[in-house]
Amino acid sequence: MIPLSYFLILSAVLFVLGAVAFFVKRDLITMFMAVEVMLNAANLAFITFAKSASSIDGQIIVFFIVTVAAAEAAVGLAIILLIFRQKKTIKSEDINLMKG
Amino acid sequence: MAHFLFFLLAIVCIASVLGMIISKNQAYNALFLVLAFACMGGFFALLDAPFIAVVQIIIYAGAIMILFIFVIMMINLREGLPPERKKWTLYFALGIAVVLFVELILTMKSAFSSLKSGGIEKIGSPTDIGRLLFTEYLYPFEITSILIIAALVGAIVLVKKRDKE
Repeated sequence: MIPLSYFLILSAVLFVLGAVAFFVKRDLITMFMAVEVMLNAANLAFITFAKSASSIDGQIIVFFIVTVAAAEAAVGLAIILLIFRQKKTIKSEDINLMKG
Repeated sequence: MAHFLFFLLAIVCIASVLGMIISKNQAYNALFLVLAFACMGGFFALLDAPFIAVVQIIIYAGAIMILFIFVIMMINLREGLPPERKKWTLYFALGIAVVLFVELILTMKSAFSSLKSGGIEKIGSPTDIGRLLFTEYLYPFEITSILIIAALVGAIVLVKKRDKE
């Protein structure tokens, strides 16, 4: 039996790695992927606590998170595509329309 | 056996996320992420959630990453990817990472003691999830379908090429 705390620590590590990737990377698509990694780390924590509580509700919530993430990916990638069409770049620094 | 599987999956998962951070090629990044998500499906299976594990692999590693790969294909950067950020951004990110990690572990430490390994009874069979989804969680389920339709329409409207008026 694997201690459940291992899973929690792993989810913390993955979340932090996702945050680092978000800050370090410069292209929008990879930054978006980093957000997906963070969502997955949260899912892992949800499933771990569901197992700990012997309750199925955590798994249902993860199911909803996955569907919402799919919708979010569709809209987010459409926005990235639109930005690329208009500005011919996906560098995050070049998208500075609202910079004072 | 379970321990061996856990550590194998954990090493592969963390290594592929690290690979995503290091690699500069977007297509490779997407493939690294597919590997990481597949490992995550393995963790879910280890935690008595077979249905969620399958959903993870089909929707995340399948559908969502295919979407990413299609967009990478369409964007087709000619001049290649921009160079990495300035040095201080990396140090800044590492500092934030350390702070965040310590914070997360401190928060979780209180939960460690109350973590029970759960009963031996199997939870998370597709039957249970389906029953709960269509009784107690019926409204969220239906709202999710509306959300998906809205996202679908939104994505199509956003990307559609408009005629010149």
